[in-house]
Amino acid sequence: MGTKRQFRIWRGDADGGELQDYAVEVNEGEVVLDVIHRLQATDAPDLACRWNCKAGKCGSCSMEINGMPKLGCMTRMSTFEENETVTVTPLRTFPVIRDLVTDVSFNYEKARETPAFAPPADLAPGDYRMQQVDVERSQEFRKCIECFLCQTVCHVIRDHDDNKPAFSGPRYFIRAAELDMHPLDDRTDRKEYAQSEQGLGFCNITKCCTEVCPEHIKITDNGIIPMKERVVDRRYDPLVWLGSKIFRRGQVPQTIVTSEHSPGAVRSSASGQGVHSHAGGSHDSAAEVQAQQGVNWHREVPRPTAPAVGANGKLPLTELTSDRAAAPSPFGDDVTFPLPPEHLNFAHPKQDEKH
Amino acid sequence: MTSTTTRIERHHYDVVVIGAGGAGLRAAIEARLAGKKTAIISKSLFGKAHTVMAEGGAAAAMGNVNSRDNWQVHFRDTMRGGKFLNNFRMAELHAKEAPQRIWELETYGALFDRTKDGKISQRNFGGHEYPRLAHVGDRTGLELIRTLQQKIVSLQQEDKQEFGSYDARIRVFSETTITELLLDGDRVAGAFGYYRESGEFILFEAPAVVLATGGVGRSYKVTSNSWEYTGDGHALALRAGATLINMEFLQFHPTGMVWPPSVKGILVTESVRGDGGILKNSEGKRFMFDYVPDVFRKQYAETEEEADRWYTDPDNNRRPPELLPRDEVARAINSEVKAGRGTPAGGVYLDIASRLPAEEIRRRLPSMHHQFKGLADVDITKEPMEVGPTCHYVMGGVEVDPDTGAAYGSVRGLFAAGEVSGGMHGSNRLGGNSLSDLLVFGKRAGGHAANYIDQLTARPRVEVTAVETAVETALAPLQRDTGENPYTLQQDLQAVMGDLVGIIRREAELADALVRLAELRERVAKVSAAGGRRYNPGWHLALDLRNMLVVSECTAKAALERRESRGGHTREDHPTMDPQWRRVNLVCSLEGDTVRLDRKPLPKMRAELIALFDRAELAKYLTDEELAEFDALAAAEAEDTDAAGKES
Repeated sequence: MGTKRQFRIWRGDADGGELQDYAVEVNEGEVVLDVIHRLQATDAPDLACRWNCKAGKCGSCSMEINGMPKLGCMTRMSTFEENETVTVTPLRTFPVIRDLVTDVSFNYEKARETPAFAPPADLAPGDYRMQQVDVERSQEFRKCIECFLCQTVCHVIRDHDDNKPAFSGPRYFIRAAELDMHPLDDRTDRKEYAQSEQGLGFCNITKCCTEVCPEHIKITDNGIIPMKERVVDRRYDPLVWLGSKIFRRGQVPQTIVTSEHSPGAVRSSASGQGVHSHAGGSHDSAAEVQAQQGVNWHREVPRPTAPAVGANGKLPLTELTSDRAAAPSPFGDDVTFPLPPEHLNFAHPKQDEKH
Repeated sequence: MTSTTTRIERHHYDVVVIGAGGAGLRAAIEARLAGKKTAIISKSLFGKAHTVMAEGGAAAAMGNVNSRDNWQVHFRDTMRGGKFLNNFRMAELHAKEAPQRIWELETYGALFDRTKDGKISQRNFGGHEYPRLAHVGDRTGLELIRTLQQKIVSLQQEDKQEFGSYDARIRVFSETTITELLLDGDRVAGAFGYYRESGEFILFEAPAVVLATGGVGRSYKVTSNSWEYTGDGHALALRAGATLINMEFLQFHPTGMVWPPSVKGILVTESVRGDGGILKNSEGKRFMFDYVPDVFRKQYAETEEEADRWYTDPDNNRRPPELLPRDEVARAINSEVKAGRGTPAGGVYLDIASRLPAEEIRRRLPSMHHQFKGLADVDITKEPMEVGPTCHYVMGGVEVDPDTGAAYGSVRGLFAAGEVSGGMHGSNRLGGNSLSDLLVFGKRAGGHAANYIDQLTARPRVEVTAVETAVETALAPLQRDTGENPYTLQQDLQAVMGDLVGIIRREAELADALVRLAELRERVAKVSAAGGRRYNPGWHLALDLRNMLVVSECTAKAALERRESRGGHTREDHPTMDPQWRRVNLVCSLEGDTVRLDRKPLPKMRAELIALFDRAELAKYLTDEELAEFDALAAAEAEDTDAAGKES
C-alpha cells in the first residue's frame, strides 16, 4: 500500500556533512518522523534524530523540513506532493552534533540566566488565590513545549552567532512575559530585565517565531510587543534608536554597555527602576512622572505597525519566502523615511535642569 | 583490554537520581534541599520526559470543587481502583500528602486552572468519586515537568550566588543513559553509563541512587509510551539484587488513537470522557451501560438520562459508565471490536462533538483538538474520534518500603519512585493518581536517600573490575558484526508481548511467550549495532533491549502464575477475581540470569483504614476468613462505643 518517496537528509557532524538521497516507503497517514524511523530500521540504523512523544507534546523532534523549522512528528506526508523531494536538515541556528541532532545547550543556558519565579513571601502553600482570567495570560506562554523552533528561526541569532551572548531569544522573552503577567510573582522588573539582560531590543517584530510555533502561542503579539510597549530602552528599541540617529548625539540620554555577564548587553545609565519611560501609555502615574524627568515625551510614541500580511492572512516567513532581501521593516512597509517631524519625540537638552 | 583505551569521566555525588521526569525531579529537589550534592540523569533532553504526556491532571483531595472530598475518600477510590491489591500504606500516604505536594507546586510557579473563588480547579476523572484532578487544560503533565524544571533552575541560581556555579549542588546530565548500577557488597556504590551525544562513558560514585525511570511500554507495539520507556530502572534494580512486584499488571489505556496507523497508540486523554465524551460502537450504541461490573453497579448510572444529568448534578445522580476505571473500559472496547461492532480502523467512536459546543471543546481540550487536527486531520468539534486500547502504564515495579521508597531485596542505598516503583496502584491505577504519585513518593525517596547517606559510616567504593565489565558489556554490540539488527529484535519482542501477553491472556499463549522470550534472549545476547559511538540510536537500542527482555520475562512469568483476572491482568481461562489471589503479591528477583518468581502475602490493612469501607463492598474482594476478622473488629468497636456512651 505504501509508495516510494524521495528524501534528502543531511548526514554529518561538526566537521561537515552532506545531503544524502533516500527512497523510502511511505504509507497513508504517516508523518516525516515515521519516515525517519523507517530509515533507521532499514537503510540507516545510525541516523541520529531526537524524538520522544511522537504526538507534538514534548518538542524533541525539531528539524527543518524543506527549509521550514517544524516538528517531524506533526508534519504529515500528505502535505507534500507525491513526486516532491522532502529535504530534512538539522536546526540551523545551533551547532550540529550528528545528522539531525544539534547542540541546543544555548537554550538551557539562557533558561538558567532567567530569574526564577519569586513566590510571595506572605502566602503559605495552599493560600494562593488567582482568577482564571488572570492566569490565562501566563498559561498561554506556559504551553511552550521548548521545541526551540522560535529560537532557530529568529534572524537575530540564526546566522549571527555573535549575537547569541546578548540575546536570549523568543522562548525566553515569553518566559519573562509569563512571569511578568503571573498574578503572584513578587518581582516587578521582568520587563526591564528582558530589555537590559535578555536583549529584547534586538527584536524587530518580524513575527517569524509566532509563525513557526507549533503550539500557536502568539509570541510577538501577546508576549514581546506588550513588553516592548512598556519598557523602552534608549538604544536598542528601533523607534528610539531611530530618534537618536535623527537628533544629534547627546540629546537623548545615553546607555552604557556592560560586559559583566553578557557582553554586548545594554543597561540603562541609571541603574534601578524609573528610568524606563512608558511609551504607549502607562497606568502607573509615579513611573510616568519619573519618566518625564528623564525625557520629555510630548506625545505618545506611535506603535510600530505590523508589516503587510500575505494572501493566507499570515506574515511571510521572511527569510524563506519574503520577496525582499532583508526582513520586512519593523515600522511597517508603508512607512517612508524621514518621518514627518510631528511624529517624532523630542527631548530638550536642558529639560533636566528644571528639576 | 578495552578499559585501558576507554576514557571514563568520573563524578562524585551524594545522590544520583536516574530519570528526569516528575518523580526524578521531585526527588532531586528534595535531596538538594537536604543539602546533598545531587546529579539528575536524563535519558533525553531536560524537560522532555514522559511526564509531559500526562494530560488529565493530578489527583489530590483538596476539596476545592466538592467540599465533601477528603483523603479517606481518595484512599477508598484508590484501593477500589486497584482492586484492593494496593499496598495500603502507600495508598494512604499518597491520599494524605497529595494536596500539600500540589500546593507546593504553586510556590514553584505552577499555574493551574482556577475555580470561581480563585482556588485550584478540580476535574472529574474515571474512578474518582468527586472532582479531584488539579489540571491545566489537558496539558497538566507539561505544567508539572516545566514547574519542577524551573524549580531546579531556581535552586541552581541560589547555588550560583552562594558558590559561584550553577552546578555546585545540583546538576542535570542530559541525554545520558545509565547501563549498570555498581555495588560494594550489598550497598550501592555508583552508576555507570554513557553520554548519548558523544558515546563517551561516565561513572558516578555515589552512595545512594534513586530510580525514577518510568515504565516498560516500548516492549509493546501499540503503546502511548516514548522510546525511553524500556524498563531500565526495573532491570537495573533486578540486577542490583532488588525485587519487583505486580509485574503482571499493565494498564491498557482505553482510548488511544487507532488511525492513522503510524500514530496508533498515542493517548487520547480521559478528560474527554470526564468532560462529557461518550463511547459508541459502529451501530451508534452507547455500549458502556452493558459493561458495568457488579462491584461497581451501585456507583454507576443505569440509563443515559441519569448519566447525562450527573455532569451538572453529581450529588443526586450516579456517574456515567464511561468513567469506570480504565481496565473495565479497555476490556469493554476490546469486546465490542471483537464482536464486530468496531470502526473501520479497529476501534470505537469517542464522541465529544455532539456533546459540547465547539468553542467549549477547544477551550477545555486544546491539545486533543490540536493532536487530532495535526495527526489525523480530524476536527473533534465536528466528528467523533476513533479510539482503542493502548499500552500505557505498568502498575508493577520495584518493591519498596512504603514510607521511604527504599528498595527491598538484598541491596541497600537504592530507592525508587514513580512508575518504576510498584505497589501503590495495586492491579490498576486510577487516572490522575500517577502525577500525584510522582510528587508524593518522589519527595519521599529523595528525602530518605539523603537520610540514608547521613547514617553511613563509610562511603561504599566502586570496584575497578565492575567498571571494566560494564564497559565491555556496553561496547559489545558495536564490536560484533555478525548479530541481528536491534530494530528487528525489538519488533519481534513487541510482537511476542503484544500478541501473547496483551490485554486478554491465556495459559497456553503465556507459556508460548516464555519459550519465545527465551529464544529472543539468545538473539539479544548476540545483537550487533552498526556505526560509531556518537549519537547512535541503533547502539542505544541494542543496550536497552536486554532491559526490555528481562522485564518482559517478569511480566510473562507473573501473568502465567496468577490464575485469576484482576485490574490490568485479564486471563480468559480464569475470568473472575479470586479473593485468595488478592492476598498474594508475585515477587520477581534475578537468580543468575533467570527470573525467579515467589509468592508473598500482602501486608494487612490497619483496622482504622479497613473500617472506612462498607462490609458489602469488602465482601466482593475479601476471603471469608478476612471478612470474619473484619466483623470481629467491627463488633469490638461497637462495644467500645457503647461502653464510651455509658460512661459519659
